Amino acid sequence: MQRLLAGKGQELAGELRGALGCGFDLDEPFLVLGGYVGKASEQLGLPDDGGEQVVEIVGDPAGQVVEAGGYYLDGLLIQLQQAIDQIGARRVSLDTLDILYSSLSNTQVIRGEIGRLFDWLREKGVTAIITGERGKEDLTRYGFEEYISDCVVFLDHRIDGQISKRRLRVVKYRGSAHGADEYPFLIGSDGISVFPITSVRLEHEVGLGRVSSGVPDIDGMLGGVGYFRASTVLVTGKAGTGKSSLSAAFARAACARGERTLYLALEESPGQLVRNMKSIGVDLQPQVDAGLLRVEAYRPTLSGLEEHLVSILKMVEEFEPASVVVDPITNFVTVGSSHEVHSMLMRLLDYLKGQGITLFLTALVQGAGQTDHTETSVSSLVDTWLALEQAFIGHYRLRQLHIIKSRGMEHSHEARELVMSSEGLSLRELPEFVAAANSGSTFVGPYR
Amino acid sequence: MIARSGVQGHWQFSLYVAGMTPVAMRALANLEKIGDRFLDGRYSVDVIDLLEHPDRAESDQIIAVPTLVRTFPEGKRRVLGDLSDLKKVMEGLDLEGGS
Repeated sequence: MQRLLAGKGQELAGELRGALGCGFDLDEPFLVLGGYVGKASEQLGLPDDGGEQVVEIVGDPAGQVVEAGGYYLDGLLIQLQQAIDQIGARRVSLDTLDILYSSLSNTQVIRGEIGRLFDWLREKGVTAIITGERGKEDLTRYGFEEYISDCVVFLDHRIDGQISKRRLRVVKYRGSAHGADEYPFLIGSDGISVFPITSVRLEHEVGLGRVSSGVPDIDGMLGGVGYFRASTVLVTGKAGTGKSSLSAAFARAACARGERTLYLALEESPGQLVRNMKSIGVDLQPQVDAGLLRVEAYRPTLSGLEEHLVSILKMVEEFEPASVVVDPITNFVTVGSSHEVHSMLMRLLDYLKGQGITLFLTALVQGAGQTDHTETSVSSLVDTWLALEQAFIGHYRLRQLHIIKSRGMEHSHEARELVMSSEGLSLRELPEFVAAANSGSTFVGPYR
Repeated sequence: MIARSGVQGHWQFSLYVAGMTPVAMRALANLEKIGDRFLDGRYSVDVIDLLEHPDRAESDQIIAVPTLVRTFPEGKRRVLGDLSDLKKVMEGLDLEGGS
């Protein structure tokens, strides 16, 4: 119980900061009522400069009260008045209204008095945030609080496939347009983050700038210059075909231009990634040391897709990278259905596009003959799609690269061999017999 | 007609009100009736108007008005409301004889 209420307190303070977008001036005196909020506001890093004051409204000691006839709750209003005047509060938060009335049983009186409390707060000209538990059948405990409030935000915490999801919905907001959807939100160390679930419209400014792939030969296949800036690049391939290598090359090239790059490593730890890439001549350590490359490694199973989206977007906001690498996105499939993955990636890439950030994705494909999630999830959303596949010549395995699509630019239609050495990545013409084998059949690519 | 405790002594009450409103007047009148009938008049009431002493609301933990607090005999007991429900008042004050 205690924990639940503490959570409510956090959510409440977060609402103040972000969800309602009221743009509160945190220097204004701010009164918090209810015993549970104090700790939450501390955790959220609200300023501790005396501008905010946590006051506990003290009610009758539970279990010692007998109700004999009609009464009013003026004592509560007087306590509130005192607390408000003491610090000149303009904003009041009443955490868990129900608690205040928990010792009282006369529902009729309480209903009337809640109405009076709301009117009174309005007359006082203070902005009040009031939290309460959900009622059994109604939205609120007494079933009418939502009607007398100006704005109602519904918070929900559900477990879906063992993954916790917090959602927020603005039920009403008098005199203001508001989104009607449920929005996922995340409670983090620095407060609450809310992101719209629906995607932004396709109104990105179209960038004509180009960015290098990090491999001169691949740039050569892409009209001699590389990917479009703010576009989405997908590299697909089976295990060991060089997806991470291309990601690292791209990231290093971006950093070499002095652009910050966020690298989300979903399969390797940052240390592993740096070590492994060094072995193929892509040294990322200097870029990490220079603060240009930030490698974040995590397992997607740790939280739900939406939380991932939110945490990625938060990292982007903090770090302000010019490029983001997600290696590989396939791991997200483990925590969501294909539809959810599609929706999440669409939101991610639309957001990044809107910010002018280049997104580089890799995806692991399964063995031939299987339809895979990646294809249905993202291939239609990406601008440039490179496919890596392996071919065997005797007992020599070679990596073959070709460009499936690259919107809006001249690009090579030839398959090349991707060569990795300690000097870096390069491409070369396929050995003749491989090329012959490729042209002999219709096309022996990974996507038939 | 016999209070279980303190009948020999002098009962003391605090009655918290917010202005002498009709409900406050009713509570006071009802308390007088009860005092005369069950305590043989051996009681005193300290009426505290929270409008005049607003800080007492917090210090004395008052949310509802009227609130009647039995300050003597020891063992604070509280009764909310206009005291019109005699049975409840007797129960709340730990008095016997009402019904």
